[in-house]
Amino acid sequence: MIVQTIAFYVFAAVAVMSALLVVGNRNPVYSVLFLILTFFNVAALFVLIGAEFLAMMLVVVYVGAVAVLFLFVVMMLDINFVELRQGFVRYLPIGAVIGIILAAELIFVVAGSSLGTAPAAAPTPALAEATNTEALGNIMYTQYFYLFQVAGLVLLVAMMGAIVLTHRDRSGVKRQRIGDQVARSRNSVELKKVPTGKGV
Amino acid sequence: MDELLIEYLPILLFLLIATGLTLVMVAASLLLGKQNPDSEKLSPYECGFEAFDDARRQFDVRFYLVAILFIIFDLEVAFLFPWAVSLGNIGLFGFWSMIIFLGVLTVGFIYEWKKGALEWE
Repeated sequence: MIVQTIAFYVFAAVAVMSALLVVGNRNPVYSVLFLILTFFNVAALFVLIGAEFLAMMLVVVYVGAVAVLFLFVVMMLDINFVELRQGFVRYLPIGAVIGIILAAELIFVVAGSSLGTAPAAAPTPALAEATNTEALGNIMYTQYFYLFQVAGLVLLVAMMGAIVLTHRDRSGVKRQRIGDQVARSRNSVELKKVPTGKGV
Repeated sequence: MDELLIEYLPILLFLLIATGLTLVMVAASLLLGKQNPDSEKLSPYECGFEAFDDARRQFDVRFYLVAILFIIFDLEVAFLFPWAVSLGNIGLFGFWSMIIFLGVLTVGFIYEWKKGALEWE
């Protein structure tokens, strides 16, 4: 139990510190790396409360993919680091408004029980009966069939959108056409017997 | 709950050992090694040359496309794990539910293939 408590405080402290560094860092690339550290620590916190599946998904999806994407965006934007710091005061009001709205939402969610908007107690099976992953799988594909299919459609739209937005047909690109290669007739190469000392 | 966390104890020990070892190695090289820096030693170089330009330049947008397509299939695989674990409980309906999901994404995959989004050049 004591190990658990110490681990919680260490992971939580590192998560909060690196989250602050994400915002406060001058170099966006370092910010992204601290974001990855934050994700890892939050995954450890999820493990500590027994949400194994969520922790693994956080590592697989966020650390593996979203962080890579963030790095790409940071590197593609051709950021001038000096210019980036300018306009801080100009954007402060709108940033503060968004921050206050987010904080208010979080407070409402945390204090939701006192507002009487708390959701009914979800029928979560105990960890001894079914693991996280199994409990999720038992209801996601049958009880929440429509939502699951909508998730599939959202992924399809995202895939097509990415292709439509960023794919450009380049002219003059040599592509391999396997059908043409296989269908090629064997007579196109001619074998000639060349007499010694004479040309073809 | 506690049995679950016991299974993660080796990972915690691994983290502790990795952190300790890293600190020891960095500290030892800092304390024991001879530190004699000058501006030439500390300046970045590539293969002995002066650096030609900044490392942070613009990438081709096609890297972005590959990364985003990777994320989509990553998410698809993430949906497969709970399905595989509880396939015995959810019966035929759950099985076909996943097959429809995969079918929808296969439409996207075929579109992507035909469009040539996966080809470099």
